[in-house]
Amino acid sequence: MTSRESTNRPGIASSAGDSRSLDVGGGAAASRRALIATGAGAGLAVAGAGLAYAGGLASADRPVGGAGPAAGAAGGGEDLSAAVPFRGVRQAGIITPAQDRMHFVALDVVPGTTRAELAGMFKAWTKATERMTLGAEAAPGGVAGGNPLAAPKDTGEAMGLPASGLTVTVGFGPSFFDDRFGLADRRPEGLTELPAFRLDDLDPARSGGDICLQACAHDPQVAVHAIRNLIRLGFGKISVRWSQLGFGRTSSTSTTQATPRNLFGFKDGTNNLKAEEPELLDQHVWVQPADLAGVPGSSWFAGGSYLVSRRIRMHIEVWDSTNLQEQDATFGRRKGKGEPMGQKDEFDAPDFDKLGADGQPAIPRTSHVFLAHEKQLHGIRILRRGYNFTDGTDGLGRLDAGLFFVAFMRDAHKQFVPMQQALAAKDALNEYIVHNGSALFACPPGVAENEPEDYWARSLLSE
Amino acid sequence: MRTRATIALLTPVLVLGLGACTQAKSAAGTAITVDAKDDSCTLSVSETTTGDREFKITNNGTKVTEFYVITEEGMVVSEVENLTPGMTRSLFVKIKKPGNYEGNCKPGMVGDGITAALKVTGEAISTATDPKLHEAAQTYQKWVATEADELLAKTTEFVAAVKAKDVEKAKSLYAVARAPWERIEPVAESFGDLDPAIDGREDVIAEGLEFTGFHRLEKDLWVDGLQADSDAIADRLLADVTTIVTRAKSVELDGLQIANGAKELLDEMATGKITGEEDRYSHTDLFDFAANWEGSKKGVEVLRPVLDSKKAEFLADYDKAAATLDELIAKQKKGDGYALYDSVSKADIQALSDALTAVSEQVGKIGAALAQQ
Repeated sequence: MTSRESTNRPGIASSAGDSRSLDVGGGAAASRRALIATGAGAGLAVAGAGLAYAGGLASADRPVGGAGPAAGAAGGGEDLSAAVPFRGVRQAGIITPAQDRMHFVALDVVPGTTRAELAGMFKAWTKATERMTLGAEAAPGGVAGGNPLAAPKDTGEAMGLPASGLTVTVGFGPSFFDDRFGLADRRPEGLTELPAFRLDDLDPARSGGDICLQACAHDPQVAVHAIRNLIRLGFGKISVRWSQLGFGRTSSTSTTQATPRNLFGFKDGTNNLKAEEPELLDQHVWVQPADLAGVPGSSWFAGGSYLVSRRIRMHIEVWDSTNLQEQDATFGRRKGKGEPMGQKDEFDAPDFDKLGADGQPAIPRTSHVFLAHEKQLHGIRILRRGYNFTDGTDGLGRLDAGLFFVAFMRDAHKQFVPMQQALAAKDALNEYIVHNGSALFACPPGVAENEPEDYWARSLLSE
Repeated sequence: MRTRATIALLTPVLVLGLGACTQAKSAAGTAITVDAKDDSCTLSVSETTTGDREFKITNNGTKVTEFYVITEEGMVVSEVENLTPGMTRSLFVKIKKPGNYEGNCKPGMVGDGITAALKVTGEAISTATDPKLHEAAQTYQKWVATEADELLAKTTEFVAAVKAKDVEKAKSLYAVARAPWERIEPVAESFGDLDPAIDGREDVIAEGLEFTGFHRLEKDLWVDGLQADSDAIADRLLADVTTIVTRAKSVELDGLQIANGAKELLDEMATGKITGEEDRYSHTDLFDFAANWEGSKKGVEVLRPVLDSKKAEFLADYDKAAATLDELIAKQKKGDGYALYDSVSKADIQALSDALTAVSEQVGKIGAALAQQ
């Protein structure tokens, strides 16, 4: 927009359009949104290049101030409207700083669908997702630019909204590698169903699935739009098994983010792995080629990560009437600032040997922090990326709410399983929660940056 | 669709790149070249004529770009996407009407893109009606007439059983009489005044209407027992159906209406039948579901020769989805009819629903395909 050719030809009513740059932060000094903000006199704070599609709608059809959480919510300089690159060595949505909202869906493949048809669907998904993550329509002219006698290719509810940090992450469940698609010899060794844990009350209708799609964005409408349009592209090949909406991230995955709170009101994920720790990520999150040596056909998974999801229902009303001292003792942190018991600040390391005034360990041995800490788990760590959820009420007048736990790791059976076994056995929190959904997925590496024809999981699905 | 005017006001510097054109008008047969850069979109001509035109687009920028040909009304005539830097591709467009078109490059795939005006002169290309389409409409109307006769015959039997107080017989004829109605429902429904009287559910009372027709008798037969006015309701049903049948046999439909009808039947299945709402007392929803499906299939069947001649690619997807739905419906067959809704497992209902959605997505493409020249 700064260096526009001025072969201006007066008299031809035409818009020059807006040359918002794809490379966020590069050249596009005056973005559409900045112009609109000036023109409309509205106080819209814009940092960097806002990537609204079909620009102009933001001012004409939608009040500027109502353009979703992007407006004004950025806080510490984070531009919540900007795009997150779709392509790369890793899939986005894993170490991407956790966005505020999530729409997660688990899909089963419809009987009779072939591998070639699935590859076709993944190609279409890749194309549409790349567009949507830029803030563009799922297909060119998708909302209202198509044939008036055809159903629009894009469902339209994200028209005029910025990219909003949308990421979509795909994964494959153990069932995907049965005999249906000839992929049994490509199943990574670690992709086997999770064992049953004590106190689980799993609902099959909220568990498992052949394929998962995790859409995260700072605007729920953008996340839901992405999932809706991708499901539509898969009609006839996939069937929705279950889905989960999440609001309010419950983990920080970057040192730039403040620690959020879960629905128990506690800071959660203080000690999470962070994007800024590449060596730790290689050690705990990314699947290494050597991990796959036992099954040569599973080499497609190198650079990917396992995703464990658990729908953890919280007994909210029971918790709310529990006294503060017991709440603190249950977590092993103080509710106010989030510091480990016996310490001063949130990020102080917990001291498990320190005794309290009563001569007992300051951090109880049954507390969540104690049991989930790497010190008690032989150095095991995971990247947590969960969301709070509220699915209305449970028919008994109580909130059907809790934590949709999502975590990424290098080997679920060596990381999540021992961790959860320890928690299921002793965690004081068990009195207030129940796990009623569970799934494991293998998320492949990213879509190659310099190969326009590359698509999600190509090396898995290609013949 | 887009508020281009706003943008034009805010960004008064236009990039049209037309000033340097030596050749201002394209001759038929010569490709119009498009020089797409990150900040400009330059066509080799500013004017052309109606007819088949080739646009040869070269991405001379650094970002992946797209090129659109757009009408004055903002409708995309044709587009080419995913042009990587350095790539040249041809786009063939049949421009049917004269007017002020736009070429639009979209570097980076987002935003309004960069527009270059393209004036099109010459005669509009007439779009003669495909004789195959006329034939399709004739075939469909004949079929509607047959179904209408069937509707009258079966409704007569059903009404007779109700009036003979033969509840068991009337129950066995209820779903059978409704089947031809459900097959031609969009045609029947187009006579708005009689539809609620014949097929309205108890909720019509809320709209200030009287609860009559099939569903009132369904409630009598399955729930309340025959009432003092059941005979009168039965007589009125037969009279209303007789009127509908006469009208349905004289209706004239075009291809688009048949296509829309095929889609409407699927919509009925998705909103009323798969939910068990339609036949809430008798639970014979799957009879209606199957009949709606037969009607929808008939519409596609008669349009198929027209679609084939237009090389409609989605037909392969339609056939696959339709075969799946056929199979799933066949699985619910029981004797001469279908399993009762409340006896079907949730998993089976979801499978039917998934297959239906898949079919629907393809049927939604027929209208546009018919309009394609």
